[in-house]
Amino acid sequence: MGDLKNRFGPGLSTIFLILVLFWLAVMVLAPNLMMIDYALRPNLPPAALGGPDDTYSLSNILYLAGEPTHRAIFFKTIWASGLVAAVTFLVCYPIAFWMAQRATTGQLAIALMLIIIPFFINEVLRTLAWFIILAYRGPLNAVLMNIGLIDAPIRWQGNGGVLAAMVYAYILFMLLPIYNAIESLEKAQIEAARDLGASPWRIHTRVVIPHAKAGIATGFVFTFMLAAGSYVAPALLGSPGSRWFTEIIYNWFFEGGDWNRGAAYALVLLVLCLAVVLITLRLFRVNLTDVAK
Amino acid sequence: MSHSVELADIGMTFGTTRAVSDVSFKVEAGEFFSILGPSGCGKTTILRMIAGFIDPTEGRVLIGDRDMKGLGPNQRPTAMIFQSLALFPLMSVRDNIAFGLEARGVGRAERRAKADDLLRLTALEGYGDRMPGELSGGQRQRVAIARALAVEPGVLLLDEPLSALDLKLRQHMRAELRALQKRTGVTFIYITHDQSEALAMSDRVAVMSAGLLQQVATPRALYDNPATPFVARFVGETNAIPGRITDVRAGTARIETELGPLLGRAGQGAAAGVQGTIYVRPEALMPGGTENPLQAQIERVDFEGSFALVHGLFDSGAALTASVPSTRLADAPVPGHRAAFGFQSAHAVVLGDG
Repeated sequence: MGDLKNRFGPGLSTIFLILVLFWLAVMVLAPNLMMIDYALRPNLPPAALGGPDDTYSLSNILYLAGEPTHRAIFFKTIWASGLVAAVTFLVCYPIAFWMAQRATTGQLAIALMLIIIPFFINEVLRTLAWFIILAYRGPLNAVLMNIGLIDAPIRWQGNGGVLAAMVYAYILFMLLPIYNAIESLEKAQIEAARDLGASPWRIHTRVVIPHAKAGIATGFVFTFMLAAGSYVAPALLGSPGSRWFTEIIYNWFFEGGDWNRGAAYALVLLVLCLAVVLITLRLFRVNLTDVAK
Repeated sequence: MSHSVELADIGMTFGTTRAVSDVSFKVEAGEFFSILGPSGCGKTTILRMIAGFIDPTEGRVLIGDRDMKGLGPNQRPTAMIFQSLALFPLMSVRDNIAFGLEARGVGRAERRAKADDLLRLTALEGYGDRMPGELSGGQRQRVAIARALAVEPGVLLLDEPLSALDLKLRQHMRAELRALQKRTGVTFIYITHDQSEALAMSDRVAVMSAGLLQQVATPRALYDNPATPFVARFVGETNAIPGRITDVRAGTARIETELGPLLGRAGQGAAAGVQGTIYVRPEALMPGGTENPLQAQIERVDFEGSFALVHGLFDSGAALTASVPSTRLADAPVPGHRAAFGFQSAHAVVLGDG
């Protein structure tokens, strides 16, 4: 606090503080408290609001526990988001390593441009692009059939399509933290490991990955949270068999008209995501402060 | 088990930069060999070529008489100690030391026993479970040495490993490295830009400049008989007085300088009629000496402990550095005054400038 004051003077630092407090109270705390309030109340007609039935209970949350389809979709969303994070990691790690340790300055600039430019485009449009690529009579099937890999078109939409679109959409959030982490690894460490006879696999598992641990955990957390809360990709590229939990929340709000149950579902998703994140960080032995760096 | 290392007409070009040209020398098995030169002279490139991190664009590297072409650093009987040491910060000291054994698939118990042996050898007993970050500079140094020795290399390559240490510790580690080399018998190839380090530790020293090998000799020979003007100036302090060589007879050269005729041992390129330079070491210049007399204006006298350095200008304008033992400080010239010096011809060398 004193540091802030020294650096920016009393006037500016007061403004900073007020803005941060405003952001915390109005943008973070208030909506979440409102959501918790909604989640714990029953869905009542306007006339009954504040009446004898308007009491706090867990019934909205218990409804989810008792509804087998929703429950299944909920857990599927959780593990599928984990899968998205894992696949994104597998795609990003080699690229990040190459960029951080092997690429020349020119190559690095080109690679970063190729990776960042697509993110100038709106997420919905990028997902639509995948919709076109993966369409039943779309270019991917045409190419595969042309080179003779498949005889009949494949229906990509569904789980595969959702996975592909999400991995693509979240590459940046995995790549940059890992790149940053590996970039700070001294080249001599890799050379020393090699000089001592380590195989590439061992160099990565014993030297590079432990060093990049915080970056990898950060990438996992970002990607997992984004995937679990994703709506566009499953809505556009999913099939009835690949419904995402966010779609059910959406339905409660805008089609079922039951905001209370929707809020309860959203709350459960939030709590479980937080749990997964904290467990991941514990498993990686990384602190939240490392992630913030 | 130690190996010889031979470089045969090695050359290395990076893009358009010529880093090393036509370097050939042979390091005998069990030798402590230093490569000395200013930064950018190509010495690190040579070390990396021996280690296998880069392949020379010309010539061959032979280790134990075997051509190393195409073999990576993990396939060569060498181990390297990096300038930054490159210890693995997230592994304990013991795991660091045992890393090479782990990479070779040695079992846990055997790794541990070997690592403990090396901890003893490098006087690090009891530090096995510490992390590298918890050690002092000298201890980290020893961990790096132990880690490299764990894989039982035939040749140990050291890339200025002492440069990050303070003076006292550096001098201590010099002696330790030297003792360790004698005890293990492993061939050491040591890179440094610090000539006193190279002179103090090595059996032989190769001096390099601008990618070219200048001279390979014992420290004593380098100091007393520099083969080139570069070596004469780079290794140790020297007083260089240019002139024209007028006569070479029975190993003695006569050179006409602005300070008058001087006599010194005839070195490389010394022939009658050519431009040359006579090099006189600071300790060879005797205040009040009568042989090869020289006059100089004294500027200052720096007391360094066991000796004092006298700085001044010869009458020709060339810089003078003379060292006077502290025991004879009473005879030392006085700043601001003129003084006469002399030196024995046997203590000076005359080289052609070519």
